[in-house]
Amino acid sequence: METIIRINNLTKKFGNVVALDQVSLVIDPGTFVTLLGPSGCGKTTLLRCVAGLEDPDGGEIYIGNNLVFSYDKGISLPSSKRDLGLVFQNYALWPHMKVDKNITFALEIQKMPKPEMEKRVKESLKEVQMEGYEDRYPREMSGGQQQRIALARMLAYRPKVFLMDEPLSNLDARLRMDMRTELKRLHHISGATTIYVTHDQVEALTMSTNIAVMKEGVVQQFDSPDRIYHFPANLFVADFIGNPKVNLLEGVVNGKNSVDVGNFKISMNTDNAYGNVVVGIRPEDIAISPQLIPESVEFTAYSILPSGADSTIIARLGEVELTIKVMGISKIQMDDRIWLKFIPETINLFDKATGNLIN
Amino acid sequence: MQIPAVSPQPSLLQFQASSRRFFHWLTKPHVVLSLIMLLLMFYMVIIPLYKLVQTTVTWQLVDASRIPGAVEGELTLYHWIRMLSGIFGQIYTFTPLTHSMTIAIGTVVLALLIGGSLAWLVVRTDMPGRKLVNQLAVLPYIMPSWTLAQAWLVLFKNRTTGGAPGMFEALIGVSPPDWLSYGPVPIIICCALHYYTFFFLFVSAALMSIDSNLEEAGELMGAKRWRILRKITLPLVLPALLSGFIMTFSKVMGTFGGPNILGSPIRYYVVATMIRGSLAAGDKADAFVLAIVLILFAMVTISLNQRFTGTRRSYETIGGRGFVANPSKLRNLKKLFFTTVIIFQLLVLVVPLGLLTYDTFLLRTGDYSLSNLTLQNWIGQPNPLYNDGEPGVLHNPRIYKTAWNSIRLALYTAFFTAFLGVLLGYAIVKGRGTRLAKTVDQLAYIPYVIPGIAFGAVYIAMFAKKIGPLPSLYGTFALLVVVSVAKHIPYSSRSGVSAMMQVGHELEEAAQVAGASVWHRFRRVIFPLTMSGFISGFLLTFITTMRELSLIILLVTRDTQLLSSQTMKYIEAGRDQMGNIVVLLLVIITVIGNQIIGRFSGGSLKKGLGM
Repeated sequence: METIIRINNLTKKFGNVVALDQVSLVIDPGTFVTLLGPSGCGKTTLLRCVAGLEDPDGGEIYIGNNLVFSYDKGISLPSSKRDLGLVFQNYALWPHMKVDKNITFALEIQKMPKPEMEKRVKESLKEVQMEGYEDRYPREMSGGQQQRIALARMLAYRPKVFLMDEPLSNLDARLRMDMRTELKRLHHISGATTIYVTHDQVEALTMSTNIAVMKEGVVQQFDSPDRIYHFPANLFVADFIGNPKVNLLEGVVNGKNSVDVGNFKISMNTDNAYGNVVVGIRPEDIAISPQLIPESVEFTAYSILPSGADSTIIARLGEVELTIKVMGISKIQMDDRIWLKFIPETINLFDKATGNLIN
Repeated sequence: MQIPAVSPQPSLLQFQASSRRFFHWLTKPHVVLSLIMLLLMFYMVIIPLYKLVQTTVTWQLVDASRIPGAVEGELTLYHWIRMLSGIFGQIYTFTPLTHSMTIAIGTVVLALLIGGSLAWLVVRTDMPGRKLVNQLAVLPYIMPSWTLAQAWLVLFKNRTTGGAPGMFEALIGVSPPDWLSYGPVPIIICCALHYYTFFFLFVSAALMSIDSNLEEAGELMGAKRWRILRKITLPLVLPALLSGFIMTFSKVMGTFGGPNILGSPIRYYVVATMIRGSLAAGDKADAFVLAIVLILFAMVTISLNQRFTGTRRSYETIGGRGFVANPSKLRNLKKLFFTTVIIFQLLVLVVPLGLLTYDTFLLRTGDYSLSNLTLQNWIGQPNPLYNDGEPGVLHNPRIYKTAWNSIRLALYTAFFTAFLGVLLGYAIVKGRGTRLAKTVDQLAYIPYVIPGIAFGAVYIAMFAKKIGPLPSLYGTFALLVVVSVAKHIPYSSRSGVSAMMQVGHELEEAAQVAGASVWHRFRRVIFPLTMSGFISGFLLTFITTMRELSLIILLVTRDTQLLSSQTMKYIEAGRDQMGNIVVLLLVIITVIGNQIIGRFSGGSLKKGLGM
C-alpha cells in the first residue's frame, strides 16, 4: 500500500507573487521527504497543494495512480477524496470535542462500526503513547500532548500519505527532540509516504529519506541528507545547510589543481574549472594544529566558543575568517598562532557567476 | 499540395478543462455562499435603493392631477427642484436638516461626555462600586430610545399644546418654559441618555487595552495628570471615540421617536418626522427626496470620519490584552464621585420608569389627586367614557396581538440575522483577498449608512407594488422581517467575521482533509465553534428589533402593528397613559428576553457589538 507521489511542473501564484515555479518532484513510495527552506520559499504552499487546500495555477499531481490535480485537464480532487492525513503546526484539534471525538471524526465519516472505532482510538493513542486521554478536551493538555493527539487523529484513519506542516515548531527544544524520535518510529512502522515541511535543517537532516531544499518557489536540490550536506548543488544549499555555517571563500583558479583565495592557495582537484570560483569548506573538515605542520596555513585564533561536546574556533588571516569545529574542549587560547590544513576531497567548488557546484 | 490537418481537438479539450476549472471554483463553499449573499443583498439593498431614486425622478400618480403636463411614469426633476429650492425647500428640507444636525451633534457631544467619563471612572479609577456602575451603564440601551421622551412629557408637559399640564406644573405651580418642554434641548438630552452606551462600551474597551505603563512613562517624565490625559490617553482612545461618533451620529440622524414626541407638537420637525409627514400627505416622491438627502448626508459624514480613523488604525494594535492598570487615585473625592454617578444612573433609569408607571394609574391625564388613581388603564372593562371605549391593556386582545407581533419579529429577525452573520463571516473570511469577498464585505456595509427611517422609505418604494418576480410585500409581516434583517446585515457580518477569525482556517481544513463534506464541516465544526458569536448576535438583534421604531414606523399596518409603533399611535392620539403602558410592556418583555437568552447562552451585549 505504499504510495508514490508525482508532482509535475506545479505552479502557484498569489496575485503577482509566484509561490511555486514549475516544481517537479517524484516522491518514492514509503519514503520520508522533507521540504526545507526559509520562510516564504513555498514549502507550505507545495504541501497545501498536495493536500488539496490550494488550487495551483499549473501542473499536475499524482498520488499513487490517481491524477488528483491537473490544470490542463481541469481536474481537482477535493481533499476528502485524496486519502491523506495532515498534521498542522498549531495542532488544529477541534476545541469543542474531546480527544476520542477528535479521533473518531474521520472514522464516523467512513461509517465505521462502533466497536472497530473504539479499537482504533485505543490503538492510535497507544501509538503516540497517550493511552487514557480519551476524555480530555484539547485545552486540558500541554502543547506536546496536543501534538501527539493530532498525530493519533491522523494515524487512526490510516491514510496512505502523511503530510506534516512544521508539526514540531511550537514545541520546546527538549520535546522536539523526543518527538523527532517518535515520528521517525511511526514512519518506520506505518510505512506511509510522508511529506514533512520544516525550516529546521537539523530536523530535515535527522529524519528524512530525501530532502527538497527550496528557495523562492524553486526546488534547489532534491537529494539524500548525506548528499545535500556533502554535495550541495549550489551556494544557497551549501549556506543554508550546516551548523556552524559552511566557510565560503571567493577565489580564482589560475593553474591546475590550485585555487588562489588571496592570502593563500588551496590545492585541490579543480577538474575543468577556471576563472572566478567560490570554495566551500565545512567547519569540521579543517584540521587544526598548535604547531607548524606540512601543507598548512598559519592563522590567528580570533575567538574560541566551547560547547561541551565540541568547540567552535574562529580563525583569522587578514581579511579571511574561517570557522572551525573540533571535538571536545580545545586547548587553544585566543590570539594563539594556529596552523590550518584542508582536506582536498571534502572541499566543494562553486562557479561564482552561477553559484552552481562544479565538482 | 498538402494542407496541414488542424484537429479541432486541442482547443475543445482546452475549453473543457477551463470550464471544469471554472466549475470547480464556482462550487467552492465560500464562492457559493458569496454569490448567494450577493444576490440576497442585491434584492434587499440595491434594488430598493434603485427604486427609491427612480421614484424621485418620475411623475407620480398624485402629480398627474395637480400639475399640468405631468404624465405618470415619465422622467422629471420636478420633485428635486421643489424640495431643494425656494421657500418650499427651506421649510421641507433645509430647516428639518438643520434640526436633525443640531440634534445629532448635540447628542454626540453630550453622549461622549457622559459615556467617556463614566468609562474612565469605571476602568481607570479606584472609585467604589465600579462593577455596579458598569452593569447599570448598559441598561439604558435596552430601553427604547424614546422612553425617556415619554417620561419627559409626563414631567414637563406645558400648556402650549393644549391638554393637561405635566407633573412639574402640578407640583410646583409654574408652567415650564417652552424650551424645556419641547424642542431641541429635551430631544438632545433624551437621545444622549440613551446613546451614551455606545461611547461607554467603546471607550471602556479601549481604555482597558491601554497599558498603564504608557501613562506611567509620561508620569515619570514629570508630566501633569491633565497633560497625560490629553497627550497620551486621548490619542490612544481616539479611534474608539470616532467609532462611537459614527454610530451615534448615523443613528440619531435617522431617529424618529424622540423628535416625534418632543418636537412635532410645537412643529419642530426633523428630517425623519418630515419624511413621515410627507408620506402621510401622499407625497411619496417628496418623502423619498428627503430620504436620499438623509442617506447622502450620513454617507458623507461617515466616509469623512473613516478617512480620519483609517490613518489612525495603527493604534488599534496596542491593546488586546487586559493590563493590570494602575488606577488613578480619586482620594477624598471617591465617595462624591460614586454618589454622583449612582444618582445620575437612578435619574435616567428609575425615575423615568417610575414616572411612566405612575402615569399609567391616572384616570384623567394631568390630574394628580389621589382620587384620580385607577387600574382602568391596565385591567378595566370597556367603558365608553375612557380610552374611546377600549378595555384596559391586559384585557385588550389587540395589545396581545401587537405584543406577539413584536416578539415574533424580534425572534425571527434575531435568528435570520445571526445565521446570516455566520454565513457572511465564512464567505468573507474564507475568501479573504479575493475581489468577490471584498464586494460582499462592502455591500454588507451599505445598510449601515442608511438611516432607519430612510431604510423604511426604501422598502415602501420597493415592495408597494409587484415588480417582476418580486412579490408585493407591503402590509405583510414578512416585510417587517425582511427590512429588519436587511438593516442588521452590517452588524451581523461584522460579528460573523470576528467569530470566524477566531475559529481560524486550520480547524476547517483539518476536517476537510479528514474527509468531511461541506455540510459536515459546517455542522460539526463551524457552527459549534461560532455558537457564542451566533448567540451574542442573536441577543443584540433581539433587543434592537424589539424597540425598533424608525425603521418600521412607515411599514406597519393595522394587522402588523408592533408595540413600538402602537406606543407612538397612542401618544399621537393624545392617550399618553395607554402609550406609557405599552412602552412599559415593551421594556419588560425586552428585559426578560435579554435575561433568558443571556442566561442560557453566556452571550453578551458587548460581544454582539463586536468587542
